[in-house]
Amino acid sequence: MNLRAHATPRSLFTFAVLALCALMPFIAPAIGQDYYVDVFIRIMIWAIAAVSLNLILGYGGMVSFGHAMFLGLGAYTVGILSYYEIYSAFIQWPLALLIGAVVSLGVGAICLRTKGVYFIMITLAFAQMIYFLGVSADEYGSDDGLIIDERSQLGGVLDLDDGLTFYYVVFAFLLLSLFIVKRLVNARFGMVIKGIRSNEDRMQAIGFPTYRYKLACFVIAGVLGTLAGILFANFEKFISPDMMYWTRSGEMIFMVVLGGMGSLFGPVSGAVVYLFLSEFLSNITEQWHIIFGPFLILVVIFARGGIDGLLGGKRRHHG
Amino acid sequence: MAEPLLSVKGLAKRFGGVNATSDLHLDVMPGEIHAVIGPNGAGKTTLIAQLSGMLKPDQGTIVFDGADITRLSAAARSKRGLARSFQVTSVFRDFTATDNVVLSIQAHSGHSFRFWQPVRKETELYDAARRVLDQVGLKDRAGELAGVLSHGEQRRLEIAMALATGPKLLLLDEPLAGMGPEDSARMARFLGTLKGRYTILLIEHDMDVVFALADRITVLDYGQAIASGTPEEIHADPEVRRAYLGEDSLDEEGGATGC
Amino acid sequence: MNWIFLAEQFLNGFQLGILLFLIAAGLTLVLGIMDLVNLAHGSLYMLGAFFAATFAQWTDSFVLGVLLALPAILAAGMVIEVVALRTLYARSHLDQVLATFGLILFFNSLVQLVWPLDGLTIPLPAYLDGAVELGLGVTYPTYRILIIAVGLLVALGLYLMVAKTRLGMLIRAGASNRVMVGALGVDIKWLFTLVFGLGAMLAGLAGMMMAPILSATSGMGEQILILAFVVIVIGGIGSVRGAFIASIIVGLIDTMGRSFLDVLLLAVLPVNAAEAAGPALSSMLIYILMASVLFFKPQGLFPAQSG
Repeated sequence: MNLRAHATPRSLFTFAVLALCALMPFIAPAIGQDYYVDVFIRIMIWAIAAVSLNLILGYGGMVSFGHAMFLGLGAYTVGILSYYEIYSAFIQWPLALLIGAVVSLGVGAICLRTKGVYFIMITLAFAQMIYFLGVSADEYGSDDGLIIDERSQLGGVLDLDDGLTFYYVVFAFLLLSLFIVKRLVNARFGMVIKGIRSNEDRMQAIGFPTYRYKLACFVIAGVLGTLAGILFANFEKFISPDMMYWTRSGEMIFMVVLGGMGSLFGPVSGAVVYLFLSEFLSNITEQWHIIFGPFLILVVIFARGGIDGLLGGKRRHHG
Repeated sequence: MAEPLLSVKGLAKRFGGVNATSDLHLDVMPGEIHAVIGPNGAGKTTLIAQLSGMLKPDQGTIVFDGADITRLSAAARSKRGLARSFQVTSVFRDFTATDNVVLSIQAHSGHSFRFWQPVRKETELYDAARRVLDQVGLKDRAGELAGVLSHGEQRRLEIAMALATGPKLLLLDEPLAGMGPEDSARMARFLGTLKGRYTILLIEHDMDVVFALADRITVLDYGQAIASGTPEEIHADPEVRRAYLGEDSLDEEGGATGC
Repeated sequence: MNWIFLAEQFLNGFQLGILLFLIAAGLTLVLGIMDLVNLAHGSLYMLGAFFAATFAQWTDSFVLGVLLALPAILAAGMVIEVVALRTLYARSHLDQVLATFGLILFFNSLVQLVWPLDGLTIPLPAYLDGAVELGLGVTYPTYRILIIAVGLLVALGLYLMVAKTRLGMLIRAGASNRVMVGALGVDIKWLFTLVFGLGAMLAGLAGMMMAPILSATSGMGEQILILAFVVIVIGGIGSVRGAFIASIIVGLIDTMGRSFLDVLLLAVLPVNAAEAAGPALSSMLIYILMASVLFFKPQGLFPAQSG
C-alpha cells in the first residue's frame, strides 16, 4: 500500500493504530508500562470479535445481540479440550471453528427468519441459552469458570507460552481478519450484503434470494467470532460463562458503533477507545459506569458514523 | 392466437375483511403495453405485489412464460424474467447510480457466492451498467450516490434497475409518481421508447400517458377487473365512466388520447 | 415428588408469570406504540424496589412505602422519557438498544452510589408474613398470594383501560397505526410520556413487590428484563393480551421446568445423563420455547395488527 498516495486523516489513523499494535511489545517496556502489552493483546482480541460482528451488523445491517456466544464457543472448546489434556492447536482450533460454523448455521437459519426487534431478541435468546449451558456445566466450573493449564500447542512451530510470540500471533490474526473482511466486502458477496442492508425488498425484487446470503454472512461472522474466543481462552488461560453474558454482546455492538458501522477499520478503533476508556474511567472510580453510560448515550445521539465518521470516512445512515 | 406472456386467473387477496383483490383475471400479451388503472384503493399496488412475489395471494394462479409462478419467491420470479419498479422510489441510496445497476446485473449473471475477487474487476458488469444508465439518460450521474440524485433521476434509476435484469416483462408501478411536469414529460417520452421492445404492465395515474402509450387497458375497481380493452373501448365504456372516471373527467383527461 | 409440591410449584410459576406480566405490559406497549426498544425497562423495576425499600424505612410501613413509591416511579419514568428517550423514537432499533444499554449501566452505578449497602430489604408486616391454608393440605405464603391478587387486579384494570377508555383507544390505535393517532389531533408527545410513565409504574410495582422476597440489589433488573423480552416476543409485540398469556406460560414453564425436568428426564435418560442435562436444559427451556415460537410464527403468537 502506498501510504503517501492516500494520506487522509483516516488512513493515517489506521496506520498509526496498527503501528502501535505492531510495536507495543517494544514501546511498553521502554516507557516502563509493561502491562500495556497485555492491554493491547486484549484490545486486539476484542478487535477481532468486533471486526467479525461488524460484518453482519455494520455491512449486513443485521443487529445481532448475541455475538458473545461465539466468543464463548471458541473459548469453551479450547478450555474443555485442555481439561481433557488435549492441547494440540491442530485439534482444538479446527474443532472450535467447526463448532462455531455449525452453531452459527443452525442459529442463523432460525434467527434470520425473523426481522427487526424479533431478530435482536432471538439472537439474544440464543446467546443466553449458550450462556446458561456454561453456567450449568458443573464439570467445567459452572459460574466460577475453568482454569486452563496450558496454552494451545502448535507442535513446536510456535510457542504460545512465549509472550512475544503469542502477542504477534494475535496481531497476525487481527491483520488476517481485517484482510478477509476487506476482500469479502469488496467482492460480489459484499455487494450483496451491503445491498441487503440498504434495501432488502429491492434486493429480492432484482433477483437475489437474500436469505441464503445473510445466512452465509452470519456463519462467516460466527466463525471469525469463534476465532476471537480461541485467542481469548489462550490469553486469559481461563474461561467462564461471564465472557458470553449478554452485556458482552452489548459491549461489542458499542465497539462497532463507536468505531463506525460498516467501515473496515472502525471496529478496531472502537475496541481501542472502549478498552482504554474503561481502563481510564475505572481508575477514577469503581462506579465508572455512571460516566460511561451517559457517554454511550451521547455517542449514539451525536456521533453518528463513529470515529470513522470523525476522520472523514463516508457517513452512513444506519437505519 | 399467441399465448399470453402473463396470465392471471381468479386471483384473490383479503386483508382482514377487505377484498384487496377478488377473482381477478388478466392477460398480458407478448410485446404489448398493458395499463392497469383504477381509483385509489382499487388494489393496483396489491396486484403488483402479488405479481412480483412480495405478497402471497389467497387464491388463484399466476402463469408467466408458460410456468405457474404463484408460489415462487420474488427472487425466483426475477430470475425468470419478471422485473418491477416501485411506486415509492426504492433505490440503494448509499450506493452510486452505477452500483445500483451493477447489482441488478450481478443478480442475473451467475451466483454471488464469490468471496474473494473484487467486483470492480468484473468490467463486463460495469460496461453493461453504463449502457443501461446511458439508455435512461443518467450517464453523467453514474458516479453519484443514488441518495443525492434528484427525484426525477431516482425515478429513472428505479427503471434502469428493472431494465438491467434483462426482463421479459416489466411491471412498472406508477413510474411518474411525484414528478413535476418536466420530469413527467421526459419519463413519458422514455417509456415511449420502450414500446415494442418490452412487454410492460403499467400502473399509472396520469391518464394522458396511459391513453397515449397503452395497447390495452384493464380497469380495476374493488380489486376486480371491471373492464378490459383498447383505449378506445375503455374510453367508451359507460361502466368505467361511472365506476372510476366520474361523469365528465374522462372527456377532460382523455382529451389527449389523440396525441 | 407429590402433588402438594406440584401445586406449590404451579403457584410459584403463576406468581412469576404475574410478575413478568407487570414488566412486560409496559415493555410491549412502549415497543408497540413508540417503536422503542427499551432495555432500561429493567432499571425501572430495580428503582421501584429501591424506592419502596427506602420509603418503607422512612415511614416504617411497607404499605405506605409502596404507596409513596408508586407516584415516585411514575414521575421518574416520565422524566427519563422526556430527558433521554424522546430523541430516540425516530432512531434505529440499534441506536435504541445501545442508548438504553447505556441507561442500564448508568442506573446500576447510580443505585450503588446512592444506596451503598448492597441488598436493601423490606421486612414484611406481621399480617403478611404468614401462610394460608388453601385446602387439601396445600399451604402457600400469604404475601405471594397477595402478589398474585395484585397482579391479577392490575391485569384486569389494564384490560378495562385498554378496552374501555379513551386513553386505551388511543393506545390500541397507536399500536396498530401510529399515523392515525396523530390524525386524531392527540398530542402524541404527551401520550407517549404518559404511556411510558404508566409502564414504568407497572415495572416499578413489580420491583416493589419483589423487594421483600429478593431484597433490592443493583443489577436485579437485567435477568427479569430478558425474561420480559422473551415474553413480549412470544406474545407478539404491542399486544397486552399476548403479553399476559405469554407471561403465564413463561412463568409456569420456567418454574416447573426447574423443579420437574430432571425427574422427567430420569424417565427417558440414564441417571448420569439426566443429572447433567437437567439443570442445563431447564434454564434453557424458555429460550428454546421462544425460538420455536418464532420459528413457526415469526411475529409471535398474537401479532398486534390482527387483534
